[in-house]
Amino acid sequence: MSRVLMSAADIGRAVTRIGFEVLERNRGTAGLVLLGIPRRGVPLAARLGAQIARSEGPVPIGSLDITMYRDDLRLRPARALEPTDIPPEGIDDRTVVLVDDVLYSGRTVKSALTALDDIGRPASVQLAVLVDRGHRELPIRPDYVGKNVPTSRSESVRVLLSETDGRDEVVLARRES
Amino acid sequence: MQHLLSTADLTRDEAILVLDTAEEMARLTDRAIKKLPTLRGRTVVNLFFEDSTRTRTSFELAAKRLSADVINFSAKGSSLSKGESLKDTALTLEAMGSDAIVVRHSASGAAHRLATAGWVSSRIVNAGDGTHEHPTQALLDAFTMRRHLGDLEGRRVVIVGDVLHSRVARSNVHLLHRLGAHVTVVGPPTLMPVGIDTWPCSVGYDLDAALPDADAVTMLRVQAERMTASYFPSAREYARRYGLDAVRLTTLPDHAVVLHPGPMNRGMEITADVADCDRSVIVEQVGNGVLVRMAVLYLLLGGSTEEEDR
Repeated sequence: MSRVLMSAADIGRAVTRIGFEVLERNRGTAGLVLLGIPRRGVPLAARLGAQIARSEGPVPIGSLDITMYRDDLRLRPARALEPTDIPPEGIDDRTVVLVDDVLYSGRTVKSALTALDDIGRPASVQLAVLVDRGHRELPIRPDYVGKNVPTSRSESVRVLLSETDGRDEVVLARRES
Repeated sequence: MQHLLSTADLTRDEAILVLDTAEEMARLTDRAIKKLPTLRGRTVVNLFFEDSTRTRTSFELAAKRLSADVINFSAKGSSLSKGESLKDTALTLEAMGSDAIVVRHSASGAAHRLATAGWVSSRIVNAGDGTHEHPTQALLDAFTMRRHLGDLEGRRVVIVGDVLHSRVARSNVHLLHRLGAHVTVVGPPTLMPVGIDTWPCSVGYDLDAALPDADAVTMLRVQAERMTASYFPSAREYARRYGLDAVRLTTLPDHAVVLHPGPMNRGMEITADVADCDRSVIVEQVGNGVLVRMAVLYLLLGGSTEEEDR
């Protein structure tokens, strides 16, 4: 049992809109840094960066792996690390836009904020997600959302991107129990 | 991975996972705040029955970078020098709540005994057992080679010197073979162990013949403290036949790197000018040792350590 929430065209439009929203809210590209959270936040950050570059100019893009900062490390066997790539400009006194595919409990974002602490002190941090599926467990909210999707906890949201999965699609599926 | 006892136990995928994880550790610690919160609340015990400076400090630093608590037990100045057995020491450490025990012992197989005897539930890391294995040294050597040479598949590595007493040689041969490299060990026949023909490597006795197509050369330390008989006539003769000097260095390909697990006997297996030249990656090995040990501790302790999840 699964249902398509966003088609490839929907994802493209959402990224385009978020690109404009980021520029509008920050009044241009000055001081912006986009950091994707692996895995699928990384290609999304790249697409968002390309969109912003098309309309106003290039911004530094990087990735921030949060594995070492997770609060649930002890619940599963050790995981392989994903790349962390901070642009040479750094993040001090800049506006960091964290990019991830799905916002759910908010724990990933909390871990990302902790990880940022060890890298520098940004002027501000904003959050862009492709899908907000609700069920927050922490006081965290997104600044830019591709699509708000009311879900039940027994469902799962799968974001597929051509860079990692061969095609663009967001699917809502009932979790097999 | 539950324990790290020998490189012979590692699959190719596991070895590559350790090396890739170490690569990420390099990026994570290449910043102002080098500490990661990952192993907060875990306890790592360094149990050293043999003298060691770099391995012990390297493990200590690696554990501290990951926010683990570290306890150092060394033979000198502890109950170990009063004749306490390995078992009793292990039980004591377990009772104190250790999560991992990094052990160095003069007896080959000590780490294996600790891991399999059922005395303790801690993860065991072999930091050198007698003349058997020293897996983290081999991993850091492979990591260092990989950084300079790229993928080690098809690369030629020459390991020179006192193979008989070297746990580093054995660990290196198994790991490098697993990673697809061709290994040649070179040394005087008296310093080759019995059964070397069963190792996954070729054996040579002429250093000059092996150097021209080597991609990396590891010079082993002549372990005078383990030598109970005279294995070669004099230090001078050893240095002339098996030492790496400036003249031999010129016969290496331009891209080749020189490694040494340390501590060096300058003038014996390696001359001072070669040890300090730009082809030598010996100092880099020390730094890489911390990264590789962080990777190992993370992979052993970073996830759940409950029995049912293993």
